[in-house]
Amino acid sequence: MLKTLNELENKAMLELPGATSEDALNELRTRYLGRKGLLTQMLRQISGVIAEERPLFGKRSNEIKESLSHAIDEALEKLKASCKNDVLLKETIDVTLPGRAVRLGHLHPITRVSQEICRIFARMGFNVVEGPEVETDYYNFEALNIPKDHPARDMQDTFYVEDNIVLRTHTSPVQIRTMEKMKPPVRILSPGRVYRPDSDVSHTPMFHQIEGLMVDKGVTFGDLKGTLTYFLKQIFGDDILLRFRPSFFPFTEPSAEVDIKCVMCGGKGCRVCGQSGWLEILGSGMVDPAVFENVGYDPEEVTGFAFGLGVERIAMLKYGISDIRLFFENDWRFLEQF
Amino acid sequence: MKVSLKWLRDYVDVDLEPSSLADCLTMAGLEVDAVEEAGPAFDQIVVARITSVRPHPQSEKLFLCEVTTGTEILPIVCGAPNTRSGDTVALARVGATIPGGFVIKSSRIRGEISEGMLCSEEELGIGEDDAGIMVLSPDLTLGMDLKDALGLKDTVLDIGVTPNRADCLSIIGIAREVAAITGKAVRYPKTDITENSEEIGGITSVSIMDPDLCPRYTARIIKNVTIKPSPAWMRERLEAVGLRAINNIVDITNFVMMELGQPLHAFDFRFLEEGRIVVRRSREGEHFVSLDEKDRLLRSDTLMICDGVKPVAIAGIMGGLNSEVKDDTSTILLESAYFHPPSIRRSSRWLGMGTDAAFRFERGIDPEGVVRALNRAAQLMAALGDGTVCRGAIDQYPRQIETAKDIPLRPKRANEFLGIDIPAAEMVKILEKLGMTVLQSDDAHCLVTPPTFRVDIAREIDLIEEIARIYGFDHIPVTMPGAAGVPAGENPEQILESALRSAMTGMGYMEVITYSFINPVSAEQLGLKDDDPQRDFVKIRNPLTEEQSVLRTGLVYNLLDVMNRNARVGCADLKIFEIGRVFFRHQKGELPEERACVGGLITGNRYDGSWHNKGVSADFYDLKGCMDALFADQKIQPVRFVADSSQPFLHPGRSCRILVGQETVGFLGEIHPDVLERMDLKNRAIVFQLDLEALRSYTKVEIDFREVSKFPSSSRDVAFLVPVAVEGETLCRTGYEQHEVLLENVAIFDVYTGKNLPEGMKSLGLRFAYRSTERTLTEEEINVAHNRIVKTMVEATGAKIRGE
Repeated sequence: MLKTLNELENKAMLELPGATSEDALNELRTRYLGRKGLLTQMLRQISGVIAEERPLFGKRSNEIKESLSHAIDEALEKLKASCKNDVLLKETIDVTLPGRAVRLGHLHPITRVSQEICRIFARMGFNVVEGPEVETDYYNFEALNIPKDHPARDMQDTFYVEDNIVLRTHTSPVQIRTMEKMKPPVRILSPGRVYRPDSDVSHTPMFHQIEGLMVDKGVTFGDLKGTLTYFLKQIFGDDILLRFRPSFFPFTEPSAEVDIKCVMCGGKGCRVCGQSGWLEILGSGMVDPAVFENVGYDPEEVTGFAFGLGVERIAMLKYGISDIRLFFENDWRFLEQF
Repeated sequence: MKVSLKWLRDYVDVDLEPSSLADCLTMAGLEVDAVEEAGPAFDQIVVARITSVRPHPQSEKLFLCEVTTGTEILPIVCGAPNTRSGDTVALARVGATIPGGFVIKSSRIRGEISEGMLCSEEELGIGEDDAGIMVLSPDLTLGMDLKDALGLKDTVLDIGVTPNRADCLSIIGIAREVAAITGKAVRYPKTDITENSEEIGGITSVSIMDPDLCPRYTARIIKNVTIKPSPAWMRERLEAVGLRAINNIVDITNFVMMELGQPLHAFDFRFLEEGRIVVRRSREGEHFVSLDEKDRLLRSDTLMICDGVKPVAIAGIMGGLNSEVKDDTSTILLESAYFHPPSIRRSSRWLGMGTDAAFRFERGIDPEGVVRALNRAAQLMAALGDGTVCRGAIDQYPRQIETAKDIPLRPKRANEFLGIDIPAAEMVKILEKLGMTVLQSDDAHCLVTPPTFRVDIAREIDLIEEIARIYGFDHIPVTMPGAAGVPAGENPEQILESALRSAMTGMGYMEVITYSFINPVSAEQLGLKDDDPQRDFVKIRNPLTEEQSVLRTGLVYNLLDVMNRNARVGCADLKIFEIGRVFFRHQKGELPEERACVGGLITGNRYDGSWHNKGVSADFYDLKGCMDALFADQKIQPVRFVADSSQPFLHPGRSCRILVGQETVGFLGEIHPDVLERMDLKNRAIVFQLDLEALRSYTKVEIDFREVSKFPSSSRDVAFLVPVAVEGETLCRTGYEQHEVLLENVAIFDVYTGKNLPEGMKSLGLRFAYRSTERTLTEEEINVAHNRIVKTMVEATGAKIRGE
């Protein structure tokens, strides 16, 4: 009888690979293991087995039932997996087709550069302050030590609205308005639009300036150099070479233009730096005592420095833009690059 | 200001190479913008020697020469009577250029070949001798460039003199700076005058009627001058610095102005009526013809130089045609004066006459250098104009011109201010090198008197600047200020602007920046009514162009302009925004109102034109969705969009006001087709504008956290049939207003008009969501609440429920 049992197992195992569908496998299961299945039928004949062999026969037939059932389950699993895969394969797509476009907007390059500059100065404790773009003659000029009928007014051609109202030519009036309102120490940065009647490749009638002011007890010219050196290295990299060159602004004394070694030619002289090897990057100086007196600060008590820079100029150098007017034409192909 | 190195060397020794000198000046505050080669206007003229001369076979006046340049021998035909074999001469070879731009060519002169030209001084513009060819020293090397051989090359520095350095508007001024930097001495020009016996007092007089504007006036009379060209050395120097040579007398006044910084004027004495000078203010409406032959109408406060009867010059600015030096002038009245700087500036600005003289007077000349310049010019007129100088000078000096004296300087303060530590003695040395007199009582205090030409120095800080400048900014150590005493960061305005920028760019809108000024015609193009406050433009008095002559009162026009520009370059799909101010005129004398705004525009296809999306045009709801997101991001509520046709540039049926609570904070809408047409735009565009100040006042910074419900929500869909004019929001609001606590949300999920619906009706599909935070709702509970709400809505609005 055991022999018959083993033969049955072999037969079933041989049939198994032939059952390649779910139905065939179920049929196989029913045929062997079902209530009327071959194995079940054999078990029913256990009474015909001699007593000594019965335990072995029972054990063996259970083993066969287990293994066969397991084998059929496995085959079913495999079959299901392969069917699912067939379905998925039918859903194959062309992964090389372009994605559904998500177009992010871009910040204007002037905004990008302004934000970068403000962040650098924020690390040194400078707060952002804003002021009106249409200003009085007093705040734009007089309070900054630029009296009427003074040649220093030639340095900044001006748009006039009325005799005493102008479009601000720099963001320096914000200095005055701030100092009038608060006591030292002062550390402010004032970004914004400024206006001068000029229009060519390197001038637009409106442009952006960022002006900074620090006032406290014991602020020195060395501090001015330190602060601006740190700033320029942050913006243009640690390797940048710079120089502080004596100059003149009515509201600072001593005044210094800060030049960097030309980033285009490395100082050899090119069109961008006008063959000088240097690029004027910002104006600065120690706040003139007359300005302090205008806002009610005691120049014997506090000292300070101020600086101003053109955002467009920095952006042009950073990105290699040669025509300032591009900033305000807002051509999509230009804006998209930032 | 242009400075010829050759001229500069007349007053100071310069050992430095031009480029090093330029660097030194730049780092001392006199920025050298350019270093240019200069010299006589000829090229490729070489030293040569005549080796043989024989008569020209066809002409008695011409000679056939053989000329050697040391390396080759050339045949030259020459007509000069002094053509002599063995002489060293200036040869213009074929290809050379002589003044006037003439290029020498190989030629045949009466049948004889000439491979060049022998030149006279006059032909080369380096002398007056035109009688024959120039004979050079036999020591010169043959073949050498003539400019090198005769030292004719010059270098011109173009220096950007800052407005405070009036003293540097002369060659001597630059020489003083060079001397201070390099430690050399300055040589002032000699001003010895040989006077004749005629007293000036017997010839003329000067009376100053307005000493406030003319505190000092000096004059001399030079007789018997001959008007002729100036000598080459003077012409060369004037031309090097950009002045045109005219005649000896005029050139001398210009030369001395450039040399010493004192503008001068020479009058033809015969045209001065009553033979005297009167200095007075002009009368209102007075006319005057200046040297440039322009008739000028004067204001009442222009200072004029007059004779006994009429004006003869605009003081400090330009002489008059009526007293100009002419070819037959013989007696000169020479003027050297000091004028009140602001008065000259006012007049020159008003008259639009920015002359070299005005430029110097308005910055302030050396009040004590007036006579020196007078004498220097008189001396030159005698020497170069064959004139004789009458005895004595008039020096009317009715009002003392203040110059700074004994300025206190605290060396300790200077060190502290600059962040350096140098001994007082070194500071004194620097100041003395600059011509200042220093009285040093002790190390703590000095009294400094600057030279009278340093009109920019009056305070201690001015002295500290000089010390820093000459000590060298480069030598001042770099330090960092102490830590900030105040916390830093963005202000509330900036925080909002940054948030808007992130949100807008995140939604695919590109940031633009446009000019604050616009074309006043924009008001017509946008169809603004006459009384629209958006016409209250701030007008610019002196705009660059009419298109940029007023400040904008809104952002829409500029956004449309950007759309236009991009359409022209083939970009029709656009999503843009700008953050910027708009301006409204206030009363005269008051600053305008400035409002920060954000504005945006969408036009063209909603999606890019790739294979996924086939041309769906962006519409009102795209931008409205963007607005919703902005408000949600700023946690601003309640926000309402109220249909409104008050903006004339918006489509009357597709525009709205945006309200937060009861306050209007902006508008949103499609651009009116008429505006598109007027602005030559093809595509529809939708725009919005929001006021940032208003937005900021509603922005909520804190976050109200609410527990998330653990229980499921259940929804019921209902389609309402309502007249087309009923707004979806009204219907939804009626639902909300039932104050049903279980009602979580009402949303419109479907809008339908057309087939199967009665004319004039639309179907609005609303989805009602119900949820409790405490339990899972039963069908029964939901049905009770839902039926109550729907019933009330039907009663309140007259809507019908579809399918019932």
